[in-house]
Amino acid sequence: MIDFKDKLVLALGERDGIPAPALSTCVESVGGRVVYAVTECFV
Amino acid sequence: MRPVVRAARFAVAHVPGLVLSGSKPRRDIAAGGAEIRAALERRLRSFEDAVGYPPHQVLLGALPPEALREIPRPWHLRPLPGARPAGPGGTMIDELGFYAWLARADTARLVHFTEEFAEGLRPRLGDAPISTMGSADLRGAIERRAEPLHLRDGRLIGAVMPGHDEDDSLAAPILLENFAAKTTGALALRCLLDAGRDAAAGDPPAGEDHPVDYLIGCGEEAVGDRYQRGGGSLAKAIGELAGVRTAGACDVKAFCAGPLHGLLLAGALVAGGVCRRVVVVAGGSLAKLGMKCRGHLAAGYPLLEDVLVGAAIDVAADDGRSPFLRMDTAAVHRIADGTAPHQMAQVLTVVPLRAAGLALGDVDRYAVELHNPDITEPAGSGDVPARNYQMIAALAAQAGEIARSEIPAFAAAHGMPGFSPTQGHIASAIAYLHHAVTGLTRGPFTRVQLVAKGSLFLGRMTELTDGVSILLERNAAQESERRTA
Repeated sequence: MIDFKDKLVLALGERDGIPAPALSTCVESVGGRVVYAVTECFV
Repeated sequence: MRPVVRAARFAVAHVPGLVLSGSKPRRDIAAGGAEIRAALERRLRSFEDAVGYPPHQVLLGALPPEALREIPRPWHLRPLPGARPAGPGGTMIDELGFYAWLARADTARLVHFTEEFAEGLRPRLGDAPISTMGSADLRGAIERRAEPLHLRDGRLIGAVMPGHDEDDSLAAPILLENFAAKTTGALALRCLLDAGRDAAAGDPPAGEDHPVDYLIGCGEEAVGDRYQRGGGSLAKAIGELAGVRTAGACDVKAFCAGPLHGLLLAGALVAGGVCRRVVVVAGGSLAKLGMKCRGHLAAGYPLLEDVLVGAAIDVAADDGRSPFLRMDTAAVHRIADGTAPHQMAQVLTVVPLRAAGLALGDVDRYAVELHNPDITEPAGSGDVPARNYQMIAALAAQAGEIARSEIPAFAAAHGMPGFSPTQGHIASAIAYLHHAVTGLTRGPFTRVQLVAKGSLFLGRMTELTDGVSILLERNAAQESERRTA
């Protein structure tokens, strides 16, 4: 288990996987701070 | 009037000489120089190899997608003996064929070929004019930002001039992208209109068919100038090049979901009585050539992204045999809908089926993102269609339609292996359309759901993605005949 409290996070999402807004919501809900979030399409 | 999808045709242009003009190879060569250029050039396929490549034969309709399950991967090691560059679902042209169409498409007289190459093209062009330039002048123009045109063997055979000295929207590389889309879109449209007629199946005789009233363009290009970068309408230019005189036209945009938005709008125009016949057209994406080249080089593969693909989809009023475009089952991803894959699948697949009183198992085939895994896996993108089918099967399990242990069997029975080139708008569901129409008329299918996604977030104007789905259903007249039989 990673402790995200006060950690700075780069959220790199994927369209057909987990998009960045979902990653950001999860990280922020456990005290992490998202400093960059982007969703990419890999096809 | 209920709309039907009468046919879909694909034009596949094998253009290995243009692979290095794709966005990714261009950037890699700019960074890595002659060494990376030489490495890429060594992995360009011959036309014969591209024709025999099993996924291309599926796109041309000569092989059902399910047949790929019996062919060991990677598929480029298993060329189909006797494969032809044409099938019931489309046609494939080589570099010379493509450049002949490019010359025809050049109404602005911006494409110039060497005299020697032009001489070889003339027999294919009939009376159409072709512009030439001496080799020294050509090289000078390229130094002044013209875009070079090459063959697979590296020969320089021409160049596209910039459309304006100070307009980035009319820069030569942009114009080549737009010409590539126009050319392959027109070829697909011509292929659709020239398709062999089957009187026994109810096709009207040539000349009695209803003319095309409207064209909806949905490719990946942005045609315009500095004052209106994506102005359009390429659909009208495609229709002009294909010799269609009766149609009006416009373009719709939604990244790779564009074609299904186009199909939905075409159905609405027919259902509303505005048009009798609408063709949805799309040209190929030059920018995506060689997109996964790094992965292919590392895996020792040839550069598999060496084809431009155009598409044309014929939507018309009910003809008593073609599958219905069930407008009541059309779903669009709304702004407030979530964008996680399970939310997308819920909105696009489960909700419209439930509203129509259907279970997930009532759909014979789901046409989802049909990217060829031979292309995507070496680049680390995984098997995209398999992931989509896993999600739909999981939702069937969640709904209690199947047991969890039946998820793999459901995915296999209602899905298919990916076979589409990574020309995004083609891979998004419509690559399957020829097989869908065949299965719903002469085959055993009752329903096929088309599900497309578009990565709107790539344009940096939103974090949203997009999606569209619609059901194709066997024509009621056909269904009644089948029951009687």
